[in-house]
Amino acid sequence: MDVLKTRAQELLASGTVQTVIGYGQGSNGRSRALFAQTPQAAETLIWDDTCQQNLATYLFKPEIRQKGKAAIVAPLPVLRSVLQLASENQVHDGDLIVLGVNGGELTEMATLQEMEAHVAGRDLSLDARDHARLQELDAMSLKERWQFWQEEVARCFKCYACRAACPMCYCSRCTVECNQPQWVPVPAHQLGNWEWHMMRAMHLAGRCVSCGACGRACPLDIPIHLLTIKMEESIFQEFGIRAGARAKAENALSSFRAEDKEQFII
Amino acid sequence: MENKTIQHTQLLALLRKIQENERRLIAPQRKGNQVHFQPAGAVEEIPFDYIQTALSAKSVLFPPVEELMRYHQDENGVQIDERNPDLLPETVAFGLRPCDAAAVTYITRQFTGDKPDLLFRRRLEKTTFVTVSCARADADCFCTSVGVSPGDTRGSDLLLTPLGGESYLAEVVTVKGEALVALAPELFAPAAAVKKEEHLAQVPRQFDLEVLRGKLDKAFDSPFWEETSLRCLGCGACTYVCPVCSCFDIQDEGSHKQGMRLRCWDSCGSSLFTLHASGHNPRHVQSERWRQRMMHKFSYMPEQLQVPGCVGCGRCLRACPADMNLIEQAQACIAAV
Amino acid sequence: MAEQNDYKPFLMKIDKIIDEAPEVRTFRLLFQNEEEAKAFRFKAGQFGEYSIFGEGESTFCIASSPTRSGYIECTFRKAGRVTTALSGLEEGDTIGFRGPYGNIFPIEEWSGKSLLFIAGGIALPPMRCVIWNALDWRERFKDITILYGARSVADLVYKHELEEWAARPDVKLVTTVDPGGETPEWKGEIGFVPTVLEKIAPAAANTIAIVCGPPVMIKYSFPVLLKLGFQPDDIYTTLENRMKCGIGKCGRCNVGKHYVCKDGPVFTYSQLQNMPAEY
Repeated sequence: MDVLKTRAQELLASGTVQTVIGYGQGSNGRSRALFAQTPQAAETLIWDDTCQQNLATYLFKPEIRQKGKAAIVAPLPVLRSVLQLASENQVHDGDLIVLGVNGGELTEMATLQEMEAHVAGRDLSLDARDHARLQELDAMSLKERWQFWQEEVARCFKCYACRAACPMCYCSRCTVECNQPQWVPVPAHQLGNWEWHMMRAMHLAGRCVSCGACGRACPLDIPIHLLTIKMEESIFQEFGIRAGARAKAENALSSFRAEDKEQFII
Repeated sequence: MENKTIQHTQLLALLRKIQENERRLIAPQRKGNQVHFQPAGAVEEIPFDYIQTALSAKSVLFPPVEELMRYHQDENGVQIDERNPDLLPETVAFGLRPCDAAAVTYITRQFTGDKPDLLFRRRLEKTTFVTVSCARADADCFCTSVGVSPGDTRGSDLLLTPLGGESYLAEVVTVKGEALVALAPELFAPAAAVKKEEHLAQVPRQFDLEVLRGKLDKAFDSPFWEETSLRCLGCGACTYVCPVCSCFDIQDEGSHKQGMRLRCWDSCGSSLFTLHASGHNPRHVQSERWRQRMMHKFSYMPEQLQVPGCVGCGRCLRACPADMNLIEQAQACIAAV
Repeated sequence: MAEQNDYKPFLMKIDKIIDEAPEVRTFRLLFQNEEEAKAFRFKAGQFGEYSIFGEGESTFCIASSPTRSGYIECTFRKAGRVTTALSGLEEGDTIGFRGPYGNIFPIEEWSGKSLLFIAGGIALPPMRCVIWNALDWRERFKDITILYGARSVADLVYKHELEEWAARPDVKLVTTVDPGGETPEWKGEIGFVPTVLEKIAPAAANTIAIVCGPPVMIKYSFPVLLKLGFQPDDIYTTLENRMKCGIGKCGRCNVGKHYVCKDGPVFTYSQLQNMPAEY
């Protein structure tokens, strides 16, 4: 996408940013994250259907942070991730330049307000395939659904690719990394796997932008993104809000109002 | 050892015979877009038309979670109950590729030598490997770059090479392979002269392993590692799908009164892997951990075990969510250092 | 079972607990099984995996000398999950022990030489084994000098033994605390170990130096030793790294191509020079 390359090159050449985080040609039909630090490197930026990885996860990598101010190529899920991170005080106004990409269009956003305005006009509903899979799961009986997830979760070997691929998993010390006490067992047995996936779904509830990066990252094709996406759909139904839409937003599950249904804090 | 041939239908009959013989049969099975090793159900459902499984068969010898012992503590003291390795099941692992079988010989070196691992050794003794040579490869395969071939016999007890049509060359590599044939010798026929190489996939060499090793021996302090590993996310996907990776953790589960001590898979890609209780971490950034992966596989293991830590199966390339691509990394290292 | 299960620990009874310093304890351990007690042998420098069932294992050197049979000792600081749980145990409780693992200080090769021991803080325990071994074989060695420092007077471990060593005419003991760590009664040196080392300038000729301490202390002690004329082959240290199996199988403790548990933990300075600085 030429207009993207040109703009990236301008931003680098002028010193406005020191890195452009984008997508580049990968191997064997894949794309991969690209960290262009010079205009020549930015020549290799691409934007096509293979570009699915959520690049916002790299915003926390120390080796990338220390390179200086970044611009990030942002399809809608990445843009929403940036806004969600902003609402959690992980990204501040002026930290980043977002190069929004949608089809062949480039929208440059330098402030959180611009990012919010851009998301406001967009369709945030689920992608058709994920929607179909959720419907399939919803159509199952409780017993069938439990059986489905039991079998899927049993296959997990705790590589934590899902956690690594998710921009919202930025804790410098994840709960599973605590051993005093060992909240979540380390070994990849059924119980330990359940505890990880349930905890992950709960920690992401109200924060997940439904990008599906976790499910794509899973080397065993376990559709764990459906767990967090389902949480998001439930929260939208109950509270009418979506993650990654506002730069200042309260988290649905940790904000309380007098008119809430429950009479006490659960 | 002798060469024989076997027809596809006879092969399925042999696998059925193994199941009837009450041995555990581990075989490939389709799941969505992937193929995995599972305890086999109906042998007709075993796929043959894929290039590689998503996960290696190493869990047959080195499971993701394994009980080392149980303990219980009361007023009489502590009692430790060891597992009886004789109770491990007799197993036939079917459908490994020659790269996977070669990997079995590599992890055997790691787990035996001085202080041979009791559970690993027993599993190895009780497992017969029936391997299927590769008629096809894809661009993620690179066995020939690391000293393995699509028809390699190392690690196999019985190696089947598809000859086109419905027949296989059956190389009876070991005594265990002979014992398997002896279960149903009528299913096999003598082999006419066959040029095995003509039926194997062509896998072009991507890099020179010795050149790589030589470069790595000088590369520890190179600035190459930071740039090359920028996109690595530090998950363990590559480690866990790999047939050679065998690093593990030991975890206690239970209370002080009773519980178990378990061994489970671990990955050098994890930030916790080398973290001291004091908070000091010799590998505190991802580039150092990526360097460890490359060094261990292509420099340290050749020195310690006289084999590289890689068989070129390509699983890490397919599994990596960041497309690190070990082939490119090896080539880049050779070029940059 | 006839074959060896290397993960099964010996059961040990905690015979005595000594509080050495804030958060630092020594356990004196007895084998519960008499045959195991009789058969057990180790050499100075080796370590073990000590476990508390339900929490896990931790790596400590065997801090007592092989010249004293019937018991082994370990000294540890409360730092993480296992050491915190161990700190809560009492005399009479049972723990597990796997070992002896690792290589040894080649103390027999040092006959006829002088020995210089340099230790800092919680790193005196790995050295205590070889110090006691040397003292129990005192006639084999020429001069024995011990330089030991800690952050403060309270942090000095083996205080009772330091008194014993100070009282011996055949040992030169120099103790030091970091500036600011002294008490009004403190009669020893004040200064970081490498600084005091340079000050006391022990002779290098025919002397073996054994150094152990926190990474920063070691880093600054090596140049001083080289300046004093010590040969890299005559300087020994013992490394520590995160461990699990302790026997070279789990892949965790390597420094370059060496496993600290198998090729170490004892290394000479000349070996260290050929190893990456990954510890």
